[in-house]
Amino acid sequence: MKVFKAALAASLLVGGSLALTGQALAEWPERAVTIIVPWSAGGGTDATARAVAQELEERFGQPFNVVNRTGGGGLVGHITIANSAPDGYTLGVITIETTMFEAQGLPGAAPENFTLLGRFNADPIGINVRADAPYATAEDLIKAVSANPGALKASGANRGGLSHLAWAGLLNTLGVDPEASPWVASDGSAPAMQQLAANAISIVSTSPAEAQSLVDAGEAKTLVVMADERSSLYPDIPTAGEALGVEWSPLPFRGMAGPAELPEEVVTKVSEALAEITEDEDFITMMESRGFSVAYQDAETFTQTVMRSRDALVEAMQAVGLAQQ
Amino acid sequence: MGLDVLIPALSLVLQPQVLVVVLLATIYGLFIGAIPGLSATMATALLIPLTVYMDPVPAIAAIVATTAMAITAGDIPGVLLRIPGTPASAAYVEEAYALNLKGKAQLAMGIGIVFSAAGGLVGAIILLVGAPILARAALNFSSFEFFWLALLGLLTSALVSTNAPARGLFSLCLGLLISTVGLDVTSGQPRFTFGVIDLYGGVSFIPTMIGMFAFAELLRGLSSAGTTPPVPERQKLWSNPFAGVGRMFRTYPWSFVRGSGLGAAIGALPGVGGDLAAWIAYGMSKRLSKTPEKFGTGHEEGLIEASSSNNAGLSSAWVPALVFGIPGDAVTAIAIGVLFMKGLNPGPQLFVDNPTMLTAVILTFALANLLLIPIGFFAIKGARHVLAVPRGLIVPTILVFCVVGSFAINNTVFDVGVMLAAGLVAYLMESNRFPIAPVILGLVLGPILERNFIMSMQIADGNLLGFFGRPVSAVLGVIVCAVVLIPLIRSVLRTRSRSTADIGAS
Repeated sequence: MKVFKAALAASLLVGGSLALTGQALAEWPERAVTIIVPWSAGGGTDATARAVAQELEERFGQPFNVVNRTGGGGLVGHITIANSAPDGYTLGVITIETTMFEAQGLPGAAPENFTLLGRFNADPIGINVRADAPYATAEDLIKAVSANPGALKASGANRGGLSHLAWAGLLNTLGVDPEASPWVASDGSAPAMQQLAANAISIVSTSPAEAQSLVDAGEAKTLVVMADERSSLYPDIPTAGEALGVEWSPLPFRGMAGPAELPEEVVTKVSEALAEITEDEDFITMMESRGFSVAYQDAETFTQTVMRSRDALVEAMQAVGLAQQ
Repeated sequence: MGLDVLIPALSLVLQPQVLVVVLLATIYGLFIGAIPGLSATMATALLIPLTVYMDPVPAIAAIVATTAMAITAGDIPGVLLRIPGTPASAAYVEEAYALNLKGKAQLAMGIGIVFSAAGGLVGAIILLVGAPILARAALNFSSFEFFWLALLGLLTSALVSTNAPARGLFSLCLGLLISTVGLDVTSGQPRFTFGVIDLYGGVSFIPTMIGMFAFAELLRGLSSAGTTPPVPERQKLWSNPFAGVGRMFRTYPWSFVRGSGLGAAIGALPGVGGDLAAWIAYGMSKRLSKTPEKFGTGHEEGLIEASSSNNAGLSSAWVPALVFGIPGDAVTAIAIGVLFMKGLNPGPQLFVDNPTMLTAVILTFALANLLLIPIGFFAIKGARHVLAVPRGLIVPTILVFCVVGSFAINNTVFDVGVMLAAGLVAYLMESNRFPIAPVILGLVLGPILERNFIMSMQIADGNLLGFFGRPVSAVLGVIVCAVVLIPLIRSVLRTRSRSTADIGAS
């Protein structure tokens, strides 16, 4: 009986404390913060988000719990962040797709729906094939795609996601019909790499970091990165300019954001913490060991970058037929 | 793997610090797992800040021990209160609760703990011996194979695990229908959301599961249609809660072997993992049993097979994570982060560069699973008292747990509403003899089934024969077709020759 009474008392205590959480914030954060990641566990966004969340946890002394809300090509997670209560206890990591949803006729997750807190990472997209594929260079691959339209399937994210746009845009810039390499919608890069390893698809469009473990395992190889200059982390991978002689460099970003109209206190605190984290030696080493670059921008600069990328990407989406307007 | 690796690895594991960490983590996992609604993933996430200050081996050992115990302890509220702690324990919660109603709660919990530990040990041994080979095999699985596996899991639950296949199929379809609520995976268009933003992310399965099992049970109790488990006789304080479990190894050795083998194999597939293994194991156990009619009435056999597969799958989920850095679930995704932090970058290089450390990490799996037994002993001792509590006190307590558990998953009141609605639906279904478990499975596997179906169709240019175009996929496809067609053919033959029907039916 005593055991039971104690259990009852404990459960009422838990219930009671949960009921009180709606109170006004004294000093943020006074309880656990949820970090929503719109992409699947194990992908690049998830990995970097978990690294950042852990650093935030150490700095603020409260748990920062990462929750993966996947689906709809990142839309579910983005909308969840945008629609959460603007009390600073639900934040999230947003990706470049936020600039693309509206042009695809999906409202509710545009940059205006968020309070942008700061960028911590920006890595270009690479084109990856199986290690045993008969293409030594990106040029060979493009020739194979235009010679056999429809035969080489590509994946890396949902239809209309940045990975898709990067690949379709590359083909378009080269004067090849983007539909010559049909897109297979996946939930992120991890399932797509699994499909590549299982020899179900031929091409994965994703950052070299996300392909790294399978490249190291001798299962995959990265032919080209869509960037203006070579990455210091992957100095051997040629750029689109070098390998194919074209200018095409959509640069995806990863940054912290919350719903619109977050309290100023939260914006300042997270933005400042991100600045510290991105200069932390351990964090930089950890990110680089996994192949992710560290690229900090404060809340204001990040907002400008996001707005600029939107203009450029919507134009590209119209060119390859991914925009609704 | 030679002794030159094994012995230094053992000395890394058998350190006082590691042993204390594993012990504490197991106790922590016990509490998290035994409280419905608190998940193993949540437990792992809360551990991360502590692991920062630990050496690599105790850090990973803490995660492993917590998850192993949390998942095993999830069976305890399943036995006592019919609230499954995890989606995997939902596969056999009916059976475990039926044993409780027969007055064998202690045996049901004993089976859960001992066979979980044994299955986990098998998983750890397989991880130790065959991780690279198993991982390479798992890498050959594409969306085609995942589609068939998900379908196999769904069919075994609907057609095999229940006594009325038509009703089972109905429940399953209801679960699948609920799983389509939310934004469509491929196009991002909202489906069945009726403009409610909370439904964009779909109906969460934990509140649904709590509602369908626990809240529905409360409703049955209130309408006095339910049966109250008998209060156990007062036993001597030191009576052995595992009495009778040892005999189970001798009575059902193949259930144990099949369950752990199947769990290890399916657990190694990224993204499908342990939940599915328990459902297929339970279904397979019934199909291959000599006494399938006893299933669902409090029979030990299916419980043994499913509990063993559960924990075996938990260990082998680490295979793709360690070998290729591909996490099988949220727990291994968190663990990969910890490995990187400790400089143990997952990948084939880890097996070459640092075999001692890797072996030590795997040995902690064995240690954590062995510890389940003594800690489980005390857990059963304590849990027994729950049955002695008067119903008038226990009902409001369960209700509090239901509400807190549903709220805690996404921190939304909406999910509490989901829980209450699911409970009402389940109450109506059960009073009309529709099984509940297939609904939960449909909800869990629906998105996996749909996503892999769409991916496969895109790869095969819309040609359905593509599902038989790859060797493994073709074999799985034939198995699925056999599961569907054999009972059909059998029933046709039975109607043709009524006189021999009784022999043919067994």
